Amino acid sequence: MTTTEAPRATSPVARRKPKRKWTYYILPVYTWAVLLFLCLPIFVMILFGFNDTKGRYNITFQGFTLKWYKELFAIDGLTNALINSLTIAVIATVVSVAVGGALGMALGRYRFRGKGPLSLVVFAQIATPELVLGTSLLSLFLSLNIPRGYTTILLAHIMFCIPFVAVTVQARVAGLDGSLKEAAMDLGATPVVAFRKITLPMIMPGLLAGALLSFALSIDDFVTTSFNAGQTVTFPLWVYGASRLGIPAQVNVMGTLIFLFGLILAGYSILAGRRKKD
Amino acid sequence: MTSQADQQQHDTASMVDTAAINLRGVEKTFVAKNETFQAVQRLDLSIGEGEFFSLLGPSGCGKTTTLRMIAGFEEPTAGEILLHGQNMVGVPPYKRDVNTVFQSYALFPHMTVEQNVAFGLERKRIGKAEVRTRVGEMLEIVGLGERGSRRPQQLSGGQQQRVALARALVNRPSALLLDEPLAALDLKLRQAMQVELKRIQREVGITFVFVTHDQGEALTMSDRIVVMNAGLIEQVGNPQELYERPRTRFVAGFLGTSNIMEGKVTRYDDGVALIDAGADGRVLVPTDDAAVGDRITISVRPEKIVLSHDEPPAGDRECSVQGTVEEMVYLGTSNTYEVRLNGGETVTVLEQNGSTADATAVRGDKVWLSWRPQHSLHLVDSPSVEEGAADDAG
Repeated sequence: MTTTEAPRATSPVARRKPKRKWTYYILPVYTWAVLLFLCLPIFVMILFGFNDTKGRYNITFQGFTLKWYKELFAIDGLTNALINSLTIAVIATVVSVAVGGALGMALGRYRFRGKGPLSLVVFAQIATPELVLGTSLLSLFLSLNIPRGYTTILLAHIMFCIPFVAVTVQARVAGLDGSLKEAAMDLGATPVVAFRKITLPMIMPGLLAGALLSFALSIDDFVTTSFNAGQTVTFPLWVYGASRLGIPAQVNVMGTLIFLFGLILAGYSILAGRRKKD
Repeated sequence: MTSQADQQQHDTASMVDTAAINLRGVEKTFVAKNETFQAVQRLDLSIGEGEFFSLLGPSGCGKTTTLRMIAGFEEPTAGEILLHGQNMVGVPPYKRDVNTVFQSYALFPHMTVEQNVAFGLERKRIGKAEVRTRVGEMLEIVGLGERGSRRPQQLSGGQQQRVALARALVNRPSALLLDEPLAALDLKLRQAMQVELKRIQREVGITFVFVTHDQGEALTMSDRIVVMNAGLIEQVGNPQELYERPRTRFVAGFLGTSNIMEGKVTRYDDGVALIDAGADGRVLVPTDDAAVGDRITISVRPEKIVLSHDEPPAGDRECSVQGTVEEMVYLGTSNTYEVRLNGGETVTVLEQNGSTADATAVRGDKVWLSWRPQHSLHLVDSPSVEEGAADDAG
């Protein structure tokens, strides 16, 4: 008895417990401060979606209400803008996942002539300020005499989403064991079957991450869209236009719903990833 | 040397009918950024049905490239690859009746062990019930009957190896290609898997083509071995032939320990050369290919040499040299000596610890080393493409 207890009393775990040095708290405090900094604006947005505001301005909290949720689609212009934004985001995501995914696979797996320049273009696209992309795209559309509207917004969004999908898929493909595909072909799978059964499931997390990024980038894009929208109004453009007159609380509600949607997707992908590891 | 080469060619010719795999004049050149690299230079090989055949050599010798050409992942630049007499050049891997065990195992991480093993059978559109039975049987053979529903990453390295083996063997290929399958395992597991692989091969009776850089592994497991170096064949033979009669300096050095000595031929008659070896030394070398005045290279295995203090009796003096013991290492069951000859070369001698404990020499002793003439092995130069071309012309 005594012999087993004696070493435990002197073990580091037992000794550390009674009193912690103040330095122990630096990391937790810092961590929570950063989290608060990141989340505070979102909390405010959600909170003011429940604000029973009387005037045009939704700035001071005047009481709790659910009426904005009931009257969510009461403003026609806002509803149309949201529909535009959502459809553009979905189409842009689907197209850029298809095109960007193929591009990412090519960059991650194969060596070919012009790979360096192509890689550079993809990265340059990400690095270029949106203002530059937006204005140059506008002058392109103008010089080609293409009327600005829904289609040009969609084209612009697809363009700036593709590199993000390409980069996430490329990283995923580069981390794959190249012999997986060979193993599949060795076992009798044609290239098409090998892609469907092995490569596609393996790069799915990259494609999903790319899709999430694309959707998030597209739905709240303002700069590029504003240059190429013509008469079409998207959700961010409408909010910006309304901000001079006072933003209605429905905007907060829509923001909250979009945020929740993203949260659910992110949570699902984390859960899916965790399930795969087991 | 010529007779040996003829013998080999004869063997090859007689085996063509029964061979599972035939390589004829296979070459592979890689071109990358204006640089060409000849991975495989001129390969003629015949691998028999049901044989455990090893491709042995250092990294970069072309053994893996050869295996990948048989599997269909690489196309040869020239030559023919025949599987059961049918030329496979241009046939994609998924239409070849061979399966591969990859060095990295290449198990599909998103599938269970069972799904991995069933993958090949499903591609052949075999009925679900039969797939299930065959997968179950195969997992039993490799000792993983209980682990079918696990994912590969939940298994140990040795178990993953067995899954890779099962996944390939369940298709009953005409040949199984193994690319250094044991390289990633620790020593103990590797030795256990060597025995296991051999057992499985006997059980299923399929031709195994095994790529390895580990000479011990090749010697213990193979029916026949081809030793490759720099894209060329150094020697083909069973393990005993390769160990007891290495043809080239490379083979002698790569398989086991060899004492390489050089000397000038002072007499040559009746297929036996005498080479000078210091003042009191004489070394007889049986060889077909030598002339007085030639400098030839010989190899003597450490365990063939007898070490003594006294000059060996005249009858045993066919091969004997004198030297000084520089180092003696006691290894329990044996002693190892490093002996510096009067000519300056260092020779390793392995002596079993038998009844004659007094035979042990110590550092600084002057000793005699002797061995039988048949253990002096005349080594020839490694083959080269130029030599091969000359052979063709002649």
